[in-house]
Amino acid sequence: MSAVLFFIAAIGAITGAVGVVMLGSQFYSVLALVIHLVALAALFLLLRAEFVAAAQVIVYAGAVMVLYVFVVAYVGGGDEEATRSGLRFLGPLLALALAVELCVALLGTALKGISSKGARFVPGFGTPADIGKLFLTKFLLPFELASLLLLVAAVGAIVLARRRRGLEPDEEREARYHPRLPAWVGSMAEAGGLTRFEEPPAPPAAEPEPESAPIGSQS
Amino acid sequence: MAIGWYLAVSAVIFSIGAAGVLVRRSPLVVLLCLELMLNAANLALVAFSRMWGSEDGQVFALIVMVIAACEVTVGLGLIVAMYRRRMPLDVDDLRELQG
Amino acid sequence: MTATTFGWLVLLCPLVGMVVIALGYKVLPGRTPGWIATAAIGLSFACAVVMLVKLLDLPTAHRQLTSSLWNYASSVGVNAKMGILVDPLSVFMVLVVSGVSTLIHLYSVSYMSGDRGYTRFFAYLNYFVFSMLLLLLAGNFLLLIVGWAFVGAASYLLISFWYRRTTATRAGIKAFVINVVGDVGLVLGTFFIFTHTGTLDFLQTFAAVPHVFHHNSTDLVVGCLLLLVGAFAKSAQVPLHTWLPDAMEGPTPVSALIHAATMVTAGVYLIARMHPLFELAPTAADIGAVGGCLTLLIAGTIGLTVTDVKRVIAYSTMSQIGYMIMGAAAGAYSGALFLLMAHAFFKALLFMAAGSLIAAMAGNQDLDRMGGFRRALPFTFGCFLIGGMALSGLPPFSGWFSKDDILAFLDHRGGGFEIMGIAGYIGAILTAIYTFRLIFRAFLGAPCPEAKELEEGHLAHAEVPTNPQTGEVEDTDVGFPGPEHHIAEREWPMKVAMGTLAVLATVGGFLEVPGVDDAIRRFLEPSFSTSQLAASVPSTGADWIGLVIGAAIAVVGVVIAYRIWVLAPGTAAVIRERFAPLYRLFVNKWYFDEIIDYAIVRPAQWFGQVAETVIDRTLVAEGITGGTVSVIGAVSAAVRRTQTGFLRYYVALMLLGVSGVVIYFLVAG
Repeated sequence: MSAVLFFIAAIGAITGAVGVVMLGSQFYSVLALVIHLVALAALFLLLRAEFVAAAQVIVYAGAVMVLYVFVVAYVGGGDEEATRSGLRFLGPLLALALAVELCVALLGTALKGISSKGARFVPGFGTPADIGKLFLTKFLLPFELASLLLLVAAVGAIVLARRRRGLEPDEEREARYHPRLPAWVGSMAEAGGLTRFEEPPAPPAAEPEPESAPIGSQS
Repeated sequence: MAIGWYLAVSAVIFSIGAAGVLVRRSPLVVLLCLELMLNAANLALVAFSRMWGSEDGQVFALIVMVIAACEVTVGLGLIVAMYRRRMPLDVDDLRELQG
Repeated sequence: MTATTFGWLVLLCPLVGMVVIALGYKVLPGRTPGWIATAAIGLSFACAVVMLVKLLDLPTAHRQLTSSLWNYASSVGVNAKMGILVDPLSVFMVLVVSGVSTLIHLYSVSYMSGDRGYTRFFAYLNYFVFSMLLLLLAGNFLLLIVGWAFVGAASYLLISFWYRRTTATRAGIKAFVINVVGDVGLVLGTFFIFTHTGTLDFLQTFAAVPHVFHHNSTDLVVGCLLLLVGAFAKSAQVPLHTWLPDAMEGPTPVSALIHAATMVTAGVYLIARMHPLFELAPTAADIGAVGGCLTLLIAGTIGLTVTDVKRVIAYSTMSQIGYMIMGAAAGAYSGALFLLMAHAFFKALLFMAAGSLIAAMAGNQDLDRMGGFRRALPFTFGCFLIGGMALSGLPPFSGWFSKDDILAFLDHRGGGFEIMGIAGYIGAILTAIYTFRLIFRAFLGAPCPEAKELEEGHLAHAEVPTNPQTGEVEDTDVGFPGPEHHIAEREWPMKVAMGTLAVLATVGGFLEVPGVDDAIRRFLEPSFSTSQLAASVPSTGADWIGLVIGAAIAVVGVVIAYRIWVLAPGTAAVIRERFAPLYRLFVNKWYFDEIIDYAIVRPAQWFGQVAETVIDRTLVAEGITGGTVSVIGAVSAAVRRTQTGFLRYYVALMLLGVSGVVIYFLVAG
């Protein structure tokens, strides 16, 4: 039974993951990720991590994905063209090689537990009570640090995304504080001596003032 | 099922995420692919937790979730800010790191 | 308060004077800086006198006192102290230096007034006296080297005092460079001795030397020869002498103080101070004596032909120091120091009189243009005559007793030294001739226009101030000599200074009359108590024979000079024609400048050019520096290509790196 469930969940998770990568529309990608997350939660359950699974569904598939959906809706996620870069073909090959390598690395270890079904199950393993106890005893400091990190991230996100003066380009201010430099100036290219900086064409020399007629010659 | 299967699934998902980062152009989808990779790591952590019969791995996975949430928040904030400044939402066009 | 306390005070006075004058250069009006400087040196002299009295209170055996303020460095094997050594030798030298310095300062108060660099001049002058006293009182090699280098710097500053004069700055550089050669010799020589004795302190070194060195051992001879290099450079002995005649570019008081009376005698002091070393290394001492002997002859012959008043006196200085070096190296320490003292008196006097004469000539130093100043400058003439007679060794002036003291000692030692003694007599006749050549040509004969003008009460002034060497037109602003000239007849400070020195030059010799008085030898005895050479002295009779010969030779020299330049004024030209090659050799100063130029300066310049073009420009600038730059440029250009700005490339590279690490562990595990 559990094998069947595992395969269903695993196929769901992998399908969802492939969907995230392959689907052209950003919106569909997000939805594919939701499928993937739910399937992953099922895998967590199979691994007797019920609290993690619940957190996965509630926090990830619920809250975080809603955030994604909002942002996609805000920026208008349309279809994107495939990249022109050479990694379009090389990337999947690299990923395949990485997968093989990781499988070899993970499964090729001499750990005996890998081929077992896991340690003997103790009732209460992975329940919120146990996890909570760990968080408040053994892992109190990481827990608090994580809280702090969340706070910082929340504040940072608000600072980044809020509407404020200066986010919109202010040509006058820009010019005052950051004089417009020619492209390439101050870059590594310039240090490497391969600057493409070209002198702006000198303004045409001022026309010599016409000789003023001697005073009195016209009157 | 043996723990090894879970680990294999984790490796596959990680690689799919990496491939996504490598080929997709939208920063938003790149973030999604990063989520995939983090989740793959989570799966491996939980699998090992099950293997050893210790809940520490699950705690670790939860903390990774927190980190992922932070990353998403900041990343999405960046995307919104970029959108507001009318910058192209395309990692190929955001090339100011070019030397 | 012990003698050493006064030793420190001797050092402190000129230092304070220098600081006060240097810091107050804007607020000190008129001649105040000159008076402050003179007072500082006068106080120093007073302290030196007290030091002498305190020292004389002590029993003879305890007349070597040391005192140190603090440790410079106390590390493994080196213990360098800020310490002085007060013994009869240093007290004697300090007395001479501070006494003569006081008088020359007094002279300068008048002589330099009107110069725009008046305050600067006295700051330098006090700095020099401080350095010189430091050199003399130093109780270890370290302080000696410090003082040695300081006086070199002071000499440079004062030679180049008129810094807008190209000739002056060049002369300063020349003096400094040659002095640095001497400094290097001194430092290396110290090192040679230090490696064996392991101490820098003088008294400890002298105590250790007989135990660590064999008689005439190679290291000691090399060390002493290097010390001699220092002494020769500082004392302008052949072949490191060429800077001294050029140093006459400095103001006349500087020539009197530094380049006649005090600094150039430092070499003599060094040899006398290091006599325990030199007596153990007779080879080095003999080389020193030969060098001094050569110098006194060469300088004497050049002095016969030079027409610049100050340079004639400069060559006579070289020649006299040649006597002293020869005497000190041969073991006639008290004789050498006696001549040093007498020479300080009469040579400072000669320079001061020459300064007055040059002032009367409105800055011109050419002997060919002078003449007949006898009536116009009676006081200067008297002083010049006294100085000249003392220099020539006419009885009963101080030069007679002192120089012939050395020569009698040389004859007494016999052997090769007897030849040197004969050379010394030849030098003496040359000295008498060129000294009286100066006197006869400048003061006797028909008055030149400047002298006539002065007889009518007008001090000559040049229409346009010019450089006496090159004739270039100058102004009288700072960096050039001031507009006013001062002669001794009209300035009481100059008169007092010159009069005192004239008295000293006359009676100074009576400090040591063979068979009658022996003051200097007895006073210096404790410093040379370990010396075997100093213990053996010629008999009174031999001394008197030497004195009589010396007097006769001086008289002959004066008569020859009188015959050539007064009785038959055309004789000089005839002699010049007859001995034309010899004349050319002398007037070109034995071609020493040219030899040094070709042997050292040009190869060095050539090497410098090669170094500049081949090594610096090609190898360093293009090869090493330029190469590095282009390599880094190329590498960064290559690295820059990887910085595409494409996020995905960075990710790909990172993944590659991670998988590389994983593969490594897979393979290695």
